[in-house]
Amino acid sequence: MCRAEIAICAGILAIALAVHALPVRAEYGDVVLNRRSDANGVRPVIFPHWFHRIRFRCKVCHSELGFTMRAGANDVKMTDITEGRFCGMCHNGTVAWGPDRCDLCHSGLPGLKSGIAGGHGTSGPGRW
Amino acid sequence: MVRFARWPRLTSALLVAVLSLPLAVSAQTWRGLANDGLHDPRSPAIGQLQEPGAALSKLPPDTAGNYVRWVEALDKGVISPRTAIKPETQVRLREDSIIVSKFGSMPAVLFPHRAHTLWLDCSNCHEKPFTSKSGANKFSMQKILDGEQCGICHGAVAFPLTECNRCHSVSNASLQRQGSGNVSR
Repeated sequence: MCRAEIAICAGILAIALAVHALPVRAEYGDVVLNRRSDANGVRPVIFPHWFHRIRFRCKVCHSELGFTMRAGANDVKMTDITEGRFCGMCHNGTVAWGPDRCDLCHSGLPGLKSGIAGGHGTSGPGRW
Repeated sequence: MVRFARWPRLTSALLVAVLSLPLAVSAQTWRGLANDGLHDPRSPAIGQLQEPGAALSKLPPDTAGNYVRWVEALDKGVISPRTAIKPETQVRLREDSIIVSKFGSMPAVLFPHRAHTLWLDCSNCHEKPFTSKSGANKFSMQKILDGEQCGICHGAVAFPLTECNRCHSVSNASLQRQGSGNVSR
């Protein structure tokens, strides 16, 4: 092999290794909710869009349930959920697990910043 | 320096390299929950919650976002997400397409109402952020990149803004300047 070939092969190997060794990465569309969790001594909530859209169309939560389509714009309290509003429309022990299963939703690393995670970079400006 | 006689071997090396890249990339498509930077590996939820790879690897593959062609997954019946949970909810589907952003520096944008209303309700987009009056919306790529307009979803949960040609898909040369811009499919 000539030098150029060796260099190319080494480059590709380096890229492959770098990809494998990439730091942790959230799934596209994951939302961190930590408006009150840390302050109340529980883990932040990780809301996975991917999991929910396999089971419900966007319109169910973003039209019927009243979730605004902006991470951080929905001020949902635990009392809302236990009284059947927002997440509580399904997370009631019938459609999905109920609010007594704290750890299943409150599963994030303490100290996470609220907002949407796992985005695809465009190198441009970005509110997300 | 690479001599002329070396080019075939160089080309084949490049070919192997290019072909092996998708393999390298696919190996990191879906991270495990314990390793995603968000979930606490010590949380009792790990092991109980469904892993992204377990669910998403069974859906039509894509090259960006969740690495899933979500509309195709619906159309092929691979997933059947509920359209409503309240009995009184009217589920609305609109099947036409419109062409916007014509005669700019990029190909024009074909907006399919069908793909959008399969997922969303009319009220999610109309009258905010978009008026329903044809031709009255001023689109701005800057705003979209900033998470406004189409960027409310595209770049956050729907296929990301790196996929220019999925929206900018209509050659301006194929459009008549006098055309109304409305097409039906």
